Amino acid sequence: MRLSETEVVDTFAEAFPMWGARIVITAESPAWAHEAARSLTGFATSVIGCKCEAGIEGELDSAETPDGRPGTSVLLFANDREGLAKRLVERVGQCVLTCPTTACFNGLDGEETVDVGGQLRFFGDGYQASKVLDGRRYWRVPVMEGEFLVEERFAVAEGVAGGNIIVLGREVSDALRATEAAAAAMRAVRGAILPFPGGIARSGSKVGSRYSGLMASTNDALCPSLRAQVSHTDVPADVGSVFEIVIDGLTVEAVREAMARGLEAAAGEGARQVTAGNYGGNLGPFHIDLRGLVPGLRD
Amino acid sequence: MPLTLTLREPPTVPLETEGLTPDLLAGRRRGEIEELIVWHGNERARLADFFAVSGDGDEELRVEGDLGRVKFLGAGMTAGRLVVAGDAGMHTGAGMRGGELIIEGDVGDFAGTGMRGGRLVVRGSAGQQIGGAYPGERAGMRGGEILVHGDAGDQAGGGLRRGLIAVAGRLGDAAGLRMLAGTIVALGGAGAAPGAGMRRGTLVSMSDVELLPTFARATSYRPPFLRMYLRHLRELGLPLTDEQIEGRYARWSGDALELQRGEILIYEGGR
Repeated sequence: MRLSETEVVDTFAEAFPMWGARIVITAESPAWAHEAARSLTGFATSVIGCKCEAGIEGELDSAETPDGRPGTSVLLFANDREGLAKRLVERVGQCVLTCPTTACFNGLDGEETVDVGGQLRFFGDGYQASKVLDGRRYWRVPVMEGEFLVEERFAVAEGVAGGNIIVLGREVSDALRATEAAAAAMRAVRGAILPFPGGIARSGSKVGSRYSGLMASTNDALCPSLRAQVSHTDVPADVGSVFEIVIDGLTVEAVREAMARGLEAAAGEGARQVTAGNYGGNLGPFHIDLRGLVPGLRD
Repeated sequence: MPLTLTLREPPTVPLETEGLTPDLLAGRRRGEIEELIVWHGNERARLADFFAVSGDGDEELRVEGDLGRVKFLGAGMTAGRLVVAGDAGMHTGAGMRGGELIIEGDVGDFAGTGMRGGRLVVRGSAGQQIGGAYPGERAGMRGGEILVHGDAGDQAGGGLRRGLIAVAGRLGDAAGLRMLAGTIVALGGAGAAPGAGMRRGTLVSMSDVELLPTFARATSYRPPFLRMYLRHLRELGLPLTDEQIEGRYARWSGDALELQRGEILIYEGGR
């Protein structure tokens, strides 16, 4: 298939269920809300090594936040509900509670919730106080700067992790320019995040390794430098560099929408080829075909 | 036209209408409603002896007439919407657990006593002990919201355990007397001895109030939770300014005769 001058491989991204939460961080300025969000989403690229995946969903203006201050929305994903609850307490406690002028709110509707503020309140050493407004409980934790406000319970929901597109270019600079354009377009989609640095991973992986104990290792079939060594390569002869964008979302629709925008933007920036990663369809229940993803695709 | 009960003439002694609530009347035929029991002083009577019943529908109940001597309107209601077109008597909304009760005029003493949920809105002023405790009980209101667009009498929120009481006008004396938790907001100031005996909870005043000597000043700051509360109250129609929502508040801790875990927040000005 082709989209503009870009070859699009007729394949699909294979994605998995993962539990997700939306965290709304507010502060006296957009800069401090963003700073807390950057800290919270640090070291959260892949559940394989970080126990969670997280990213900034978007910036919020004061009309969109519970306390009328500027904010940043973050999505955090983990393999199971219990793991997600632990990561929320750790990361809100270490990265938001500590950050000047911030407050932290649940940003997701849902019946299933986990305790976050109810754990962090103990930092108040008995001086904490709670408030209930509209059926939601908030904890006021006294801190040296003033007071940290955190919602007691955060909704968690089954989301989708591992949506992806893979962008191939003739040179590193070509491939990176197209992938950056794709990532920028994908960031506009609410309900989805790109957990890798700048949204882009240069080290896509395959399952397993020749070394025991390693769950994942380099995706040799997509390493241009191994084209002459491996028994099977997916790297065309004129391709010199490959990048991957991984997408986690609260819904499969959000992941699909992000993939579509990324595909269009990468093609618009002259990517040599765009493909997607899967495991033959045997591992993940969500299969997102590149075919039909955007209207301009032609055979 | 919603289901409407129109008082034929003011009762000579107080008329008690406990249980006349939208949730109780929902689904009932007019004949059944007319046979419901009310108490005229110590005499048992039919609802139809005092009210004309008209309209239908389960979503809203409307009560009209000179209701200043009608007690317990909406008491114990759990859902639905009840509109009182005019003044309402004592114990209005007492023990309510849900739904919305709107009084378009003034309301008598003990409105919202022991309330546990829902929203009581008074477009006029309220009498004594709104959101207070039943005699002999330590805890008063345990949940829900009370909004008064006029003034409120003495001992508003006495024994308050949970919930929000907001008064656009002035609070009387001893607001939040012996309160246990919860929040009281007064846009028009408060009378003597606010928060006397309070253990926990928050009392907010938009103008200077004279505090008991058992309250100590802690700091001046912008409490993050208060922005949420004040924005919420503005959405419900109370006249709050941006300066008040974003402003600085002096925090006084007390009552030192109790736990000293309560707070009185006094507005100091905008940003």
